[in-house]
Amino acid sequence: MAKAPFRSLCTALLGLFCAALLLWTGSAHAGQGAPAAVNPALEQRVTQLAQELRCLVCQNQTIADSQAPLAVELKNQVREQLARGQSDQDVIDFMVQRYGDFILYRPPVKASTWLLWFGPFVLLALGLLTLLLKLRQKPAAPADSLTAAELAHAAALLAGESPPGEVAPAARSIPAITTVSNASTAATASTA
Amino acid sequence: MIPELGNLALMLALCLAGVQATLPIVGTFQNNARWMALAGSAAAGQCLFVVLAFASLMASFIQNDFSVAYVAANSNSLLPVFFRIAGVWGGHEGSLLLWTLMLALWTLAVVLLSRQLPRATLARILGVMGWISIGFLVFMLFTSNPFERTLPGPVDGRDLNPLLQDLGMIVHPPLLYMGYVGFSVAFAFSIAALISGELDATWARWSRPWTLVAWMFLTLGIFCGSFWAYYELGWGGWWFWDAVENASFMPWLLGTALIHSLAVTEKRGSFKSWTVLLAILTFSLSLLGTFLVRSGVLTSVHAFATDPRRGFYILIFLAIVTGGSLALYAWRAPKIGLGGQFSLFSREALLLVNNVLLVVAAGTILLGTLYPLFLDALNLGKISVGPPYFEAVFVPLMIPLLLLTAVGPFLAWKNDSIQAVLGRLRWLALGAAVVAALALLVFKTSVMVAVGVTLALWILFATLWQVVQRLWHAPAGTSLRQRISRQPRSYWGMVMAHAGIGIFVVGVTLVKGMESAQDASLHVGQSVTLGAYEFTFSALKKIQGPNYIAARGTFEVRRGADSVATLHPEKRFYTVQKMPMTEAAIDRGFTRDLYVSIGEAAPDGAWLVRVQHKPFVSWIWAGCLAIALGGALAASDRRYRMGARQRAAASPPISSPVHSFV
Amino acid sequence: MKRFALPLGIFLILLVFLGIGLRLKPQEIPSPFIGKPAPAFTLTLLHDAQKSFSPKDMLGKVWVLNVWASWCAPCRAELPALMALTKEAAIPIVGLNYTDTRSAGNKWLASFGNPYQLSAFDSDGKVGIDYGVYGVPETFVIDKSGFIRLKHAGPVTEDDIKDKFLPLLKELSGG
Repeated sequence: MAKAPFRSLCTALLGLFCAALLLWTGSAHAGQGAPAAVNPALEQRVTQLAQELRCLVCQNQTIADSQAPLAVELKNQVREQLARGQSDQDVIDFMVQRYGDFILYRPPVKASTWLLWFGPFVLLALGLLTLLLKLRQKPAAPADSLTAAELAHAAALLAGESPPGEVAPAARSIPAITTVSNASTAATASTA
Repeated sequence: MIPELGNLALMLALCLAGVQATLPIVGTFQNNARWMALAGSAAAGQCLFVVLAFASLMASFIQNDFSVAYVAANSNSLLPVFFRIAGVWGGHEGSLLLWTLMLALWTLAVVLLSRQLPRATLARILGVMGWISIGFLVFMLFTSNPFERTLPGPVDGRDLNPLLQDLGMIVHPPLLYMGYVGFSVAFAFSIAALISGELDATWARWSRPWTLVAWMFLTLGIFCGSFWAYYELGWGGWWFWDAVENASFMPWLLGTALIHSLAVTEKRGSFKSWTVLLAILTFSLSLLGTFLVRSGVLTSVHAFATDPRRGFYILIFLAIVTGGSLALYAWRAPKIGLGGQFSLFSREALLLVNNVLLVVAAGTILLGTLYPLFLDALNLGKISVGPPYFEAVFVPLMIPLLLLTAVGPFLAWKNDSIQAVLGRLRWLALGAAVVAALALLVFKTSVMVAVGVTLALWILFATLWQVVQRLWHAPAGTSLRQRISRQPRSYWGMVMAHAGIGIFVVGVTLVKGMESAQDASLHVGQSVTLGAYEFTFSALKKIQGPNYIAARGTFEVRRGADSVATLHPEKRFYTVQKMPMTEAAIDRGFTRDLYVSIGEAAPDGAWLVRVQHKPFVSWIWAGCLAIALGGALAASDRRYRMGARQRAAASPPISSPVHSFV
Repeated sequence: MKRFALPLGIFLILLVFLGIGLRLKPQEIPSPFIGKPAPAFTLTLLHDAQKSFSPKDMLGKVWVLNVWASWCAPCRAELPALMALTKEAAIPIVGLNYTDTRSAGNKWLASFGNPYQLSAFDSDGKVGIDYGVYGVPETFVIDKSGFIRLKHAGPVTEDDIKDKFLPLLKELSGG
């Protein structure tokens, strides 16, 4: 079909445009300036770890962001230990030993936090499964079949006559018959 | 005198709310037309008195009446006038009054704009909103009265928290509350439907514009909060998964599910009981957020002064409103039924998947936010749940959602075939794969950045493609302008909002994946380099503001030989609250922000400076605004505007069959 | 239908937790050291840089470690309670002077009172961190074998002494 090459051309052009955009910004990162800290690679590790640790005297900040004395001191501790060659896990163990799990913003995975870590995915699976089962079920009777009396009622309304007595809607999911909703449903017929 | 008038106004408002909440609903059971009609007048009267109360509080602030305890706690004679106005909602009591004002205004809007509703339905809706008003008014009058006096009053006030002395502060809470409170309308519609047992597509049509407007305001409110945190808090972060932020995000997620669910119920009559449940849950999360922030149950930088007694009251209120509505739902929902049929592979099914994903996401955030509380209550220890957790869990949940956002508009209602849809999307999928490969192989980005950018461009391409297809297949002989204007606004709303999501994801991915920062200890005259930019600390000046003193630095930013910007970060000290604050300087750009903040000065005169390069962070803001604009467009669709409907008879819009694409 | 009542059921459970949550104190951090040995350290004394102190000096005795500083206002408020404690229970209280200066610390003790048998000088706060100190004042009860049995964060009040400290100290001292 003649349309297919046009579509793929459009897509390719869009891709090229976006790639060019990315290239333009990518060049902003060319080269590293003179480091201000003694060891920028170490600083990077310190910052990353510090962002996982909670400042205990603040309301809700990491020790990376907080200016509180304890936070600064703890950050220094992190730096010293990493410089000494400790691993990230060693530093975390050090902190947890002194302050408990509370200091970790990433809760440890243990029995008491299984629900926390796995709950969302279990919930998602349950939700999708429930949805699938409900959609597969065929209902007993199609919801939009009407009895003869209801058909007559509907025909009367569409013809613009008043319905034979106010019929209270049964426990079916048919629209509540009032003159107002009739007007708005008539208006909907002309729109998609 | 004025505070007493304000207090009196609140009491009168409560009386009228009482009338609004009881007589009309009783009137619907007895078919008493006069009592049903009372709802509108009572609501209007209540609104008048709440406005008077709010005006009295504002007057007290403007006039610096420090004998009012709340004014003394949140204002100061040195505080500029516009911040004094913002101070009205700067603390707990005033923010409750703002909530009540928003509720009264929304109620009035419902009265004025719902002429076409049957009288009984309107009576029930206003009655439910009256109950919510009662709750807030009682809360204020009995536990958190903003008009309480301390006599004799202090000479001067304790000043508004410096963090809040900002334009963003003036705007953020009203926008947010417009959103929270706006969902009460959909809630009231649902309860009214449950009470009467009448629930049909027209109910969805009536609820939808209200919900869209509320959702739009909530989007803007959250955007404002993030935007403000970005430039105000001084370290360049914009989302911390803090308890209060989560409290606003959860109703937003459910609200998004709700607007999609309402779309289906309106068009196809399906999902009715599910939509009702969503409407109840969305507003309940707004109330839950109010509870979490004021009760002291969670620690947060944003929390108001905590008081478990107030928390107890809100908990009771929450129990009545949510518990009552869920009980009503359990009793009456079985009678409503699901509605129209659709196959396993159809737009309805995909929208239900959208709902499942959004509800699970909201549930996950709730779980994470409350988990420390659960463990503590069960005596299983104290833990913290912070950004590492939320990012680890939220991002995997969002990936399928983002994937499907692009696909949804390509599916037909009721039934579609997988092959047909794959056929429509095959070139887009190829384009996305090309982008992913480029990102990984040519730019050597991390996997997460590649995934994020691919998904974002997938959505953007698909949305654009959708629009092209739709305009291409319009009836022959119509001009492009005609084709555009004949698409219903709800269509453009969807396009804009989905595109906004794509733009947002680009911003988030690139900022998180590729931002860089550099700390330096600088004397005046020294410079620091970050990437291709050189920041020279050229000057430092001491300045005097209205209620602060500050050290104002001047930074020249150069890129190679070109001068890029001159930035003026400040380190302020607010004299009344004795609180230091960092005012960052930002050079905003289409593809990057340059962010400079100064910290403490060392004894030797060197200043701690942090410079940051944040690529594409403006796209986050642009994305949010696009999403909000999408909501506004959809809400202003002609179906919801009476006058426009009559004009519509003249030029019929172009219908939306998906089938014609193949 | 049962499934329609599911949201209500979940909500009621949530309500119960939120209700319990109102009585909890989310900012209080329990110490992971309860029942564990007091971390070892050796610090010079506040008033005499030539002498030093270490927790093993106190083995065989029940004692109290109180973290304080001259810049800490609540520390001053709890001084009378600490004086009363050391007299009533006849238990030595060792002070840990936390991130302070010698001159300021000694002056503070001279001006406001000294309930301490001695004060160890922790100028950089590292020992404090080893003990999981996150605020000042904090008080630890350590038993004869050198194990930490109690940590109290915040100033000690008369009620705390009556309800928490005296019973425990009596028990640890052997009746």
